[in-house]
Amino acid sequence: MPTAETAHFEPARRMSANGWAVALVFLPPALLLFTVFVALPMVEAAWYGFYDWDGYGRPERFIGLKNYGYLIGNPVFARSLVNNGLVIAVSLLVELPLALAAAMAVAGRVVGAVWFRMIFFLPYVLADVAAGLIWRYMFSGDYGLVATITGALGLQPYYLLADRDWAFTAILIVIIWKYFGFYMMLYIAGLKGIDKSVLEAAEVDGASALQRFRYITLPLLGPMIRLSIFFAVVGSLQLFDIIVPLTGGGPFDTTHTMVSFLYYFGITRMRVGFGSAVGVVLFFICVTFAIGYQRIFMRND
Amino acid sequence: MSLRTFALASACVFALAGSALAETNVTILHVNEVAAAKTLWDKIAADYNASHPGVNVQFKYLENEAFKAKLPTMLQSDDRPDLFYSWAGGVMQAQAKAGLLKDITADVADVAPTMSQTAVNAFKADGKLVGLPFELGEVAFYYNKKLFAQAGVKAKDVKTWDDFLGAVKKLKAAGITPIVVGAGEKWPMAFFYDYLVIRVGGESAVPDAKANKNGGFKNATFVEAGKRLHELGALDPFQPGYLQTSHAQSAGVFGDGKAAMDLMGQWLLGMQAPNSASGKGLPEDDIGILSFPTVPDGKGKATDTMGGINGFLVTKSAPAEAVDFLKFFSQKKYAEEAAATGAYIPVVKGAEAAITDPLQRRLADDLAASTYHQNYLDQDLGPSLGGVINEISVAVAAGQTTPEAAAAALQEAAEQQ
Repeated sequence: MPTAETAHFEPARRMSANGWAVALVFLPPALLLFTVFVALPMVEAAWYGFYDWDGYGRPERFIGLKNYGYLIGNPVFARSLVNNGLVIAVSLLVELPLALAAAMAVAGRVVGAVWFRMIFFLPYVLADVAAGLIWRYMFSGDYGLVATITGALGLQPYYLLADRDWAFTAILIVIIWKYFGFYMMLYIAGLKGIDKSVLEAAEVDGASALQRFRYITLPLLGPMIRLSIFFAVVGSLQLFDIIVPLTGGGPFDTTHTMVSFLYYFGITRMRVGFGSAVGVVLFFICVTFAIGYQRIFMRND
Repeated sequence: MSLRTFALASACVFALAGSALAETNVTILHVNEVAAAKTLWDKIAADYNASHPGVNVQFKYLENEAFKAKLPTMLQSDDRPDLFYSWAGGVMQAQAKAGLLKDITADVADVAPTMSQTAVNAFKADGKLVGLPFELGEVAFYYNKKLFAQAGVKAKDVKTWDDFLGAVKKLKAAGITPIVVGAGEKWPMAFFYDYLVIRVGGESAVPDAKANKNGGFKNATFVEAGKRLHELGALDPFQPGYLQTSHAQSAGVFGDGKAAMDLMGQWLLGMQAPNSASGKGLPEDDIGILSFPTVPDGKGKATDTMGGINGFLVTKSAPAEAVDFLKFFSQKKYAEEAAATGAYIPVVKGAEAAITDPLQRRLADDLAASTYHQNYLDQDLGPSLGGVINEISVAVAAGQTTPEAAAAALQEAAEQQ
């Protein structure tokens, strides 16, 4: 027996005949594309993860959860998880604050602001692989930035990317350089959306610049910051393109991320089953984060 | 019928309808970057097309990494090439096992005996020929004659491992980087390990390990090879920053005369000049070739060689014209042209007589006199175990892993396969 409330929602839920016709015409193509290119590969990857398979023929050697077992005992995979964690930490603690500071500096009507905005944004426009190659030369001990510095100081040539303790730090530097411009642009867009009169009112009331930032700008920028954190974490988890040209995961497999681990240990070594298992783990980490974060922090945005 | 099979089936119908009208196309996919080889191959294809109306043979180039990554998918689609480049070894075996290759034993019965038997045997899967080789390579030390003279090292006196380590020490003492290696890509370092394995264990070392005899890869041969490599690495013989040096960069370092030796394949001669800072590289007269030294108490002979075996494999559905072209391609006159232009060292017997370059001549003579030839281990053992070989070679040379742990890692990877 329908209550007053359900009766109230009924008209909205039920689709008109016209609506059904539209759905019938427009839904199948999208659904088909989604099934063939998104859902099916995901199900297939989960299935391959249970097999020892080199990609040729059909997967036939069922090995249950062994691929996942190999992952647990794999020091390189453990290291790549740590590296992904480091990327997330640096993104949240260095990159985003830096982007916000830059946005505050160039969002206003300062002379040359447009130029600075463009310069900061430029690295983001550059293809990841090209950026990686450029920095590979910058970090090289024979020529480039590092070589110039060591040369000027009269030191022995230093090969940053060949140093197992510092190579990943070099990658983190490139990541900040490459992506902070994107978040700066997000924040600029957010800052433009803040009603000027609110800030002016606060100023008239005698709020200091710091107070205005803390109590007005920051809260009003909230949705944008929450969104940027979401992008930063998911982007960090999927980081790949920068790693390959810079280090290829070396030296001694200390600079892999989960995705580069998947590529080098799953695809180039033709262990498709094992690679699929890595993909499944990555998928669950991403989905858990995405759903959890949206439920908790982005509910009202 | 699932959607996928439906899509495939309809694609097949269209493809068949198309080919019934047009001429027979033979597509050959390859990764060869040597200009002389590309020119020659295009010429062979043009010759064939001219003398065989209704057939259109075409060579298509794909970059090495992309080729390796795309091949599994391509071979299992309708888009598969008819012939494709191969390093033989583990990958070829996997392709054959999946039923993707054609048995051409009977078709090429007249051509196969004209070639080096080592090379032909590499293209057998389950005793059947699934392709034909065209090139046999040798990895050896290329050395800079001037730097050797400067340090007082005489190449002809370097015969044993101890002689070799002595030469490294002398070069170092003279302030010269003894060896350049592109360890950033790992496989160049594996050349040391590959050679040490066959020098220590002889010709039975690799087949035995593959068959899991005497502890498989954990046995004394692989540990001993690791110990030798570790011993070399402890002398710090490589150029500074070698862990990040790419293969192309390393060729340039050699070309610039900044290192005395490079353990590399025959293609180094074509690579050292364009990758050098000067763009000119070393004149060939200043380059010598040194065979990999023998190790004390090793079962391997000084005349055992290690290097690539390259050829073309025939895919399952390839038309008869594809095999016919492969035979046409394998004629002695074309092999001689490859030899004369320095494109590669051909496998057709007697064709190496046409080689004019003295360094290539030396390699061809070594190969002709070879008592046992080992394919690169990373190709021979397949991509999975091969990847581990490359990785442990760098780790052992840099002192990051013990030889025992490296051999154990190999065996573990072999067992996971």
